[in-house]
Amino acid sequence: MSYVPDFTVVYMSTACEICGPLAWLNAAGVTLAYAVGTIVGGLIIGVICGVILLFPLYYGLPMLVYGYVQFFRCTPLLVQIVWFFYALPMVGNAVGLGINMPAWMAAGLGLTLYMGAFSSEIFRAGIMSIDRGQWQAARALGMTYLQLMRRIILPQASRRMVPPFVNQSVLQLKNTSLLYVVAVPDLMYTSSVMTAFTYRPLEVYTFVALLYFLMLYPMTVFSKRLESRVDN
Amino acid sequence: MTTEMSLQTADAMIRITDLHKHYGMLEAIRGLSLEVRQGDVFFVIGPSGCGKSTLLRCINLLEEPTSGTVQVGDDIMRFGKGHRMPSGRVLSRYRTHIGMVFQQFDLFPHMTAIENVMEGPTVVKRMPRHEARSLASELLAKVGLSDKEKVYPRHLSGGQAQRVAIARALAMQPRVMLFDEVTSALDPELVGEVLEVMRKLAEEGTTMVVVTHEMGFASEVGDRLCFMDSGLIIEEGKVADILARPENPRTQAFLARFHDTAEALRA
Ligand SMILES: Nc1ncnc2c1ncn2[C@@H]1O[C@H](COP(=O)(O)OP(=O)(O)O)[C@@H](O)[C@H]1O
Ligand SMILES: [Mg+2]
Repeated sequence: MSYVPDFTVVYMSTACEICGPLAWLNAAGVTLAYAVGTIVGGLIIGVICGVILLFPLYYGLPMLVYGYVQFFRCTPLLVQIVWFFYALPMVGNAVGLGINMPAWMAAGLGLTLYMGAFSSEIFRAGIMSIDRGQWQAARALGMTYLQLMRRIILPQASRRMVPPFVNQSVLQLKNTSLLYVVAVPDLMYTSSVMTAFTYRPLEVYTFVALLYFLMLYPMTVFSKRLESRVDN
Repeated sequence: MTTEMSLQTADAMIRITDLHKHYGMLEAIRGLSLEVRQGDVFFVIGPSGCGKSTLLRCINLLEEPTSGTVQVGDDIMRFGKGHRMPSGRVLSRYRTHIGMVFQQFDLFPHMTAIENVMEGPTVVKRMPRHEARSLASELLAKVGLSDKEKVYPRHLSGGQAQRVAIARALAMQPRVMLFDEVTSALDPELVGEVLEVMRKLAEEGTTMVVVTHEMGFASEVGDRLCFMDSGLIIEEGKVADILARPENPRTQAFLARFHDTAEALRA
């Protein structure tokens, strides 16, 4: 009475209505698009917020950014995604703004802001890690603020930021799987639908785990390489 | 005020008048005035924490003085009520006339020795790269490091790194050079090579302000020397005079400690 695995369900188009390689390809495309989109968006937010935190011009603004960063770091991502998907449109209506944000965007916004919060910390920590002596040596040469940032601080800081940023990006790609709760047709959601059709959770989820692994493993190897290059 | 006026000499390269620097409640500099003539080597000695670094950092405005006047060449900067820290461009231009060398070298680790030296001229003065390269080459030769042009700072000894740092400051062709305990972080056997470079600069007539604990070096190359304590200049004069016959009891005590340790080391 032992279970006989049947992996044909993961690649046979005939196994179910939505089964087959094309379905996986689409799903992988959705996952990658969300990962890349939210990572790039988060990075931009992170740099902007990092700059505001590092060089406060108006007192209120850094407070606001600090609040945002801490809030997104200290609430579960799943809660954020669900909130943005269900609650944000309601808030929008209530305020009378009538934000008609498409569902896919609302779902991605949570992920983007999450990445932004962590990116701003990475960016801020990277800049802060540069020795005070570097700043004063550059100033003593007569460099303006932009010159010393561009020539002295950022070249050194960006090298240190790359490994934590790659790590955060790996996490981010994995975290896109949480989007399945709001029915974004990514890898995870597609797997759950296939499972519902085929009753083959072992095969389907094993396969999807393998897919995630194949996408991320090269990234972590790349990250390790960079780390060792930064060290020496 | 009248005594201050009478102190003024026509050929002063650096003139500091009634300088105050406060860090919160702490008064690091408390109404200090001094003049350094063009071509002079001016030594600053004093116990740790008396404000020597703060004084140098106020001269090139790495620190914003709380009040007072700082003049280098014909650039005059006033601070205090009604005066604001000059804008970035003005500050930048002002600092190009002042070279500074730090205790920890602070070379740019992502650049080779020659790139470190070229950085100021190319970025700040927008000198063409080939010109900057030959200038940097010349300066590295001057500090005895022609063979280290392509070497990154992490592969240099402390003494070599400090000599590159001196070349980097010289590359801006400053009117004055400030040295803040530039040999204090070095192994004893590496101190000599750095002092040798500074001696050469002194002989060429470079105007220098040197904070150091190397009394022997001061008496060899110094023109004038001042003793600082708790944010003030206690005594100032010819190097030989002060080292041999200090008048103020605090100067005497400070120098006596030095002679004691020097003798203890020799014994
Ligand atoms: N950035 C700063 N913030 C607060 N206090 C400072 C700062 N820099 C120096 N000080 C204080 O000012 C005084 C003079 O310091 P410093 O000029 O470094 O002394 P020195 O170089 O003679 O050892 C010390 O009491 C020091 O603690
Ligand atoms: Mg000091």
